[in-house]
Amino acid sequence: MNKTELVIFVKSLSQECEVKEGRQFAEATVPASSLHSLAVQLREKEVCSFDFLVSITGVDYGQDLGAVYHLRSTKHGHMMVLKVRTNDRENPHFDSVTDIWKSADFLEREVYDLLGIKFTNHPDLRRLFLDNSWGFPLRKDYVDDINIVTK
Amino acid sequence: MEEEVKQTGINEQEEYIINMGPQHPSTHGVLRLVLSLKGEVVKNVEPHLGYIHRGIEKMCESITYQQIIHLTDRMDYLSAHINNEAVCLNVEKALEVEIPDRIKIIRTIMSELTRIQSHQLFWASFGMDLGGLTCFFYGLRDREKVLDIFEETCGSRMIVSYNCPGGLMYDIHPNFQKRVKEFLKYFRKKLPEYDQLLTGNVIFRERTVGIGKLSLEDAISYGVTGPSGRASGFSCDVRKHEPYSAYDRVRFNEILFTEGDTFHRYFARIQEMKESMNIIDQLIDNIPEGPYAVKMKPVIKLPEGEYFQRVETARGELGVYIISDGNKNPVRVKFRSPNFVNLGVLNHIARDFKIADLVAIGGSLDMIIPDIDR
Repeated sequence: MNKTELVIFVKSLSQECEVKEGRQFAEATVPASSLHSLAVQLREKEVCSFDFLVSITGVDYGQDLGAVYHLRSTKHGHMMVLKVRTNDRENPHFDSVTDIWKSADFLEREVYDLLGIKFTNHPDLRRLFLDNSWGFPLRKDYVDDINIVTK
Repeated sequence: MEEEVKQTGINEQEEYIINMGPQHPSTHGVLRLVLSLKGEVVKNVEPHLGYIHRGIEKMCESITYQQIIHLTDRMDYLSAHINNEAVCLNVEKALEVEIPDRIKIIRTIMSELTRIQSHQLFWASFGMDLGGLTCFFYGLRDREKVLDIFEETCGSRMIVSYNCPGGLMYDIHPNFQKRVKEFLKYFRKKLPEYDQLLTGNVIFRERTVGIGKLSLEDAISYGVTGPSGRASGFSCDVRKHEPYSAYDRVRFNEILFTEGDTFHRYFARIQEMKESMNIIDQLIDNIPEGPYAVKMKPVIKLPEGEYFQRVETARGELGVYIISDGNKNPVRVKFRSPNFVNLGVLNHIARDFKIADLVAIGGSLDMIIPDIDR
């Protein structure tokens, strides 16, 4: 499917999500509550079959925290982007997709480690690179007087 | 006496926890694996990362796009040129800069030379992991020839930083074509030695065939890309599926196997070296004249938006995801590094094999630790 067809198809799957044609890929923004159910449909439906999770990127947008999922179908060769956002900076959490794509295990742990976004139902959510004494360095409000030089 | 033995736990059926690394020669860097053992059989592998985590993604947020190039070298240092190319392609795509053929073709040749030298070092160290020290000397001997070509043209042997947004840092050396042709002629003679030394060796085959099998479904689900994924039949070569630079004008085969064991992960890399040489053959005589770089503004500002570019490094699919707000620094840069995702499969395929097999399996995934930690 091309970009336009994907936008129409994803819109038909879920009423709650906003779908638009991005520069490169179809981009769907879903509320955190329906992330998992949409991901399952994108994985299972024969016409799209997104079976390869390319990457999960945690992003600090300033006010909001979010995660960006790049999905690819090895069968059809198309790609799309799935975005989810939350404005809860104290206790941000999304549903884990480890049961759908196994590669999400490490990718979600990385996001948790660097941005402090929790993934519910993740089998083993621990910090990956840093130990517990660190904050979450990829957040924009992270302060480190010694190692970050501000001009 | 029997009582005593039971107390010390020698005959107990419990699992035994042991640390492998961070300073273990077969992990090729500072990777720590915590193993649960039952006798000599591995029951669980748990990687502990972060020994050389440098926060490259955080650093990228406070520097310009030209400077990011130099950090990408330090991720997967054996695919330095290809990593540079990923960022350059992404920036050029965002600015909609048209790149002349000369640059595209030189980039492709350099990428393939990078791939050859990376696979040579893989072959060398993989042989050494399995006890064949001769491989190490043979592999490094041939790799020097490629590094000499790099040194002459880029001024650096490994961390080349030869790309910049808009083209190349400087033109190729006048000797470049001659020396690349000499190398191809030399290496075509030497590659059969690799097969004689290792591929057909009975001890080597005993230790690799059928070890650490990865099925196609699992390869896709775990996102194992590169030669490791293609050994399981996962057609994931970005050069074929989304051709960048000059890959759309060369003919080459995507190496695919269906077995998915350690031996075929190794063999896919040997075959890829042959394909890389074929690609260089088709391009080396066809480098057109022209400028080696497009004139770019000294301060690059990407238009507001999100950009994603995938390239095929020697180890798999590298994705560069840039979010820009229109300033000279990016808001967020994410590197989807192939090694980091490939490491996730280690526990799955190494389970129920012996520790010595874990060394072979880990070696066949061709891990580069700075690329995992970033």
